[in-house]
Amino acid sequence: MQDNYQSSSYKELEQKSKYTNMFLRWFLYFVLILFASYFIFPLYVMVVTSLKTMEEIRQGTLLTWPSSINFDSWLVAWGGRGYGAGDTFLRPYFWNSIKMVVPAVFFSTFIGAMTGYVLTKWRFKGDQWVFLFLLFGCFIPFQAILLPMARTLGTLGISNSVVGLVLVHTVYGIPFTTLFFRNYYISVPTELVKAARIDGAGFFKIFFKILLPISAPIIVVTVIWQFTQIWNDFLFGSTFSFGEAAPIQVALNNMVLSSTSVKEYNVDMASAIIAGIPTLIVYVLAGKYFIRGLTSGAVKG
Amino acid sequence: MKTLKIEELSKNFGTTEVLRKINLEIDEGNFLVLLGPSGCGKSTLLNIIAGLETINEGNVFIDDYNVSKVEPKDRNIAMVFQSYALYPSMNVKENMVFGLKQAKTSKEKIEEQLEKVSTFLQVDKLLERKPSQLSGGQRQRVAIGRALVREPRIFLFDEPLSNLDAKLRVEMRREIKKLHQQLKTTVVYVTHDQTEAMSLGTKIAIMNHGVIQQNDTPENIYNKPSNTFVADFIGSPSMNLIKGKLIENSNNISFIADGSTLEVPINNYDFIEKSDLNNKEIHFGIRPEHIYFKKLNEEDFDINLRADLSEYIGHEQIVTLDYSNQEILAKFPSTIKIELEKEMKLYFDLKHTSLFDFKTKERL
Repeated sequence: MQDNYQSSSYKELEQKSKYTNMFLRWFLYFVLILFASYFIFPLYVMVVTSLKTMEEIRQGTLLTWPSSINFDSWLVAWGGRGYGAGDTFLRPYFWNSIKMVVPAVFFSTFIGAMTGYVLTKWRFKGDQWVFLFLLFGCFIPFQAILLPMARTLGTLGISNSVVGLVLVHTVYGIPFTTLFFRNYYISVPTELVKAARIDGAGFFKIFFKILLPISAPIIVVTVIWQFTQIWNDFLFGSTFSFGEAAPIQVALNNMVLSSTSVKEYNVDMASAIIAGIPTLIVYVLAGKYFIRGLTSGAVKG
Repeated sequence: MKTLKIEELSKNFGTTEVLRKINLEIDEGNFLVLLGPSGCGKSTLLNIIAGLETINEGNVFIDDYNVSKVEPKDRNIAMVFQSYALYPSMNVKENMVFGLKQAKTSKEKIEEQLEKVSTFLQVDKLLERKPSQLSGGQRQRVAIGRALVREPRIFLFDEPLSNLDAKLRVEMRREIKKLHQQLKTTVVYVTHDQTEAMSLGTKIAIMNHGVIQQNDTPENIYNKPSNTFVADFIGSPSMNLIKGKLIENSNNISFIADGSTLEVPINNYDFIEKSDLNNKEIHFGIRPEHIYFKKLNEEDFDINLRADLSEYIGHEQIVTLDYSNQEILAKFPSTIKIELEKEMKLYFDLKHTSLFDFKTKERL
């Protein structure tokens, strides 16, 4: 009797916990979907609006699907309307940004890797102070360095140029890239360096032949980080360059704000998407390494 | 000509003194083990021999040539590391020939060396593999191979077995021993494991706090420890050190433990200096394995002791005994039945005792 009573009550409890679990699960889905749509919604509006004509935008609501897919506004955003004065479009500035971002990412990553290598594998007296001061660079607000940097660029004669922006972004990126590489290399056994020294390899050979080949995960992390930072930067771009040397984010701003006539929402939206596409591409191509690199710890010898 | 000679070597990191006035010599073909607890400076000493650390004072000679300021690669040494330190991005072959390539050795010579060493160490089937695809023992062998291909004058080993599991460690230990017997190379080997040191070394240098405590053959280290540190460090369980004093009267010398009246005769003890012994405070050292349950030699000294505790460890048991309120340990075969809390008759093997000055801790 006792046994029977026990088993039936367990069955009841089992049933109850099943319902509770089911309810919680659906609640979880609901919350997740809510959050996901919160983030996707603006993108949806942007894409949909960029594909509509102005006529349609005026008549319909934000959410309505375009009656016909129309890429005209994308072409205008990229290449302009073809008449002379006052026609701002993204193409030249896009290339400005590329010309700025590629060298800036390359140099800041490379220098960061070198610095991280020295700070972990060629320790010297006071190296932790050097690292500490470099870390300050991560926390100094962008605005604080605007004036001194403007003076520096002026003295060097590279203000209002892509070269100047490359310098600014490289210098400002070094604290971050150094931090990444230092934290990665600190988990690489120093015995590797000792072994290579006994084998007769020097400072640069050890870096290029031993350490760099095992740095792929952290290189990817650094490149994504730096690319996103530099591509999306507006403050340095708008402060240190104007007119033809401006990067794409500055041009986007000018384009959206400067139109004297009617606001062309479809062109604005298309421009915004174009300005954001490269970072998306970098994420999609290297995203899985990004997570792996962020979480990877020791290098197994 | 000494293959390796270290002269009055001192090293400090900032204000911390790591090595103090180290003097050391190794003859060709010897296997020297640097043994000591962690932080005693043994790895630093090895790094200095390799040239990976600078010297504050003193000199290092290899084949009578002062190499104190010579780069690691030019010292004609090779090193095997604890973490193996195989280059992760290179395969086994590239790992092994990296040093030769740096030294601009001819292609034929490289191939010849690789062939010879890889077959000798049985890694010739693994040449295309990456280090991550090797087992612990294979990595170890490749690391040794990388050292071998360079045909160095001195091999340096930095705790090469401590990353392996117990079974593999014993196997690899035997392989290193075999290797040394076959190649007759000069080796300096750092470890904190006394079994490793005893089984591998032809000479053992025991270090503590940056000072060499004793540099001797394994037999002498075990039988004639030069101070209480060595006595305590070697052996498991370590040597019993019984506090007491010496009594000398008319050519008879005996030992009386504190709180006891029993005189242990030590007339046959081989004193280093036989003077001023009366009433000297000493440590009387006897190893747990030299306390017997049965009389084995004529001159064994019989003594009644109370057993307080018995620890069974398979082939033997470790018994805690009370010697006038001083705890001492003895090792008996586990077949012997010990009655606890009871006095029993035991025998001290007086041929295997060591006496140490209580104050200076040095051997008498």
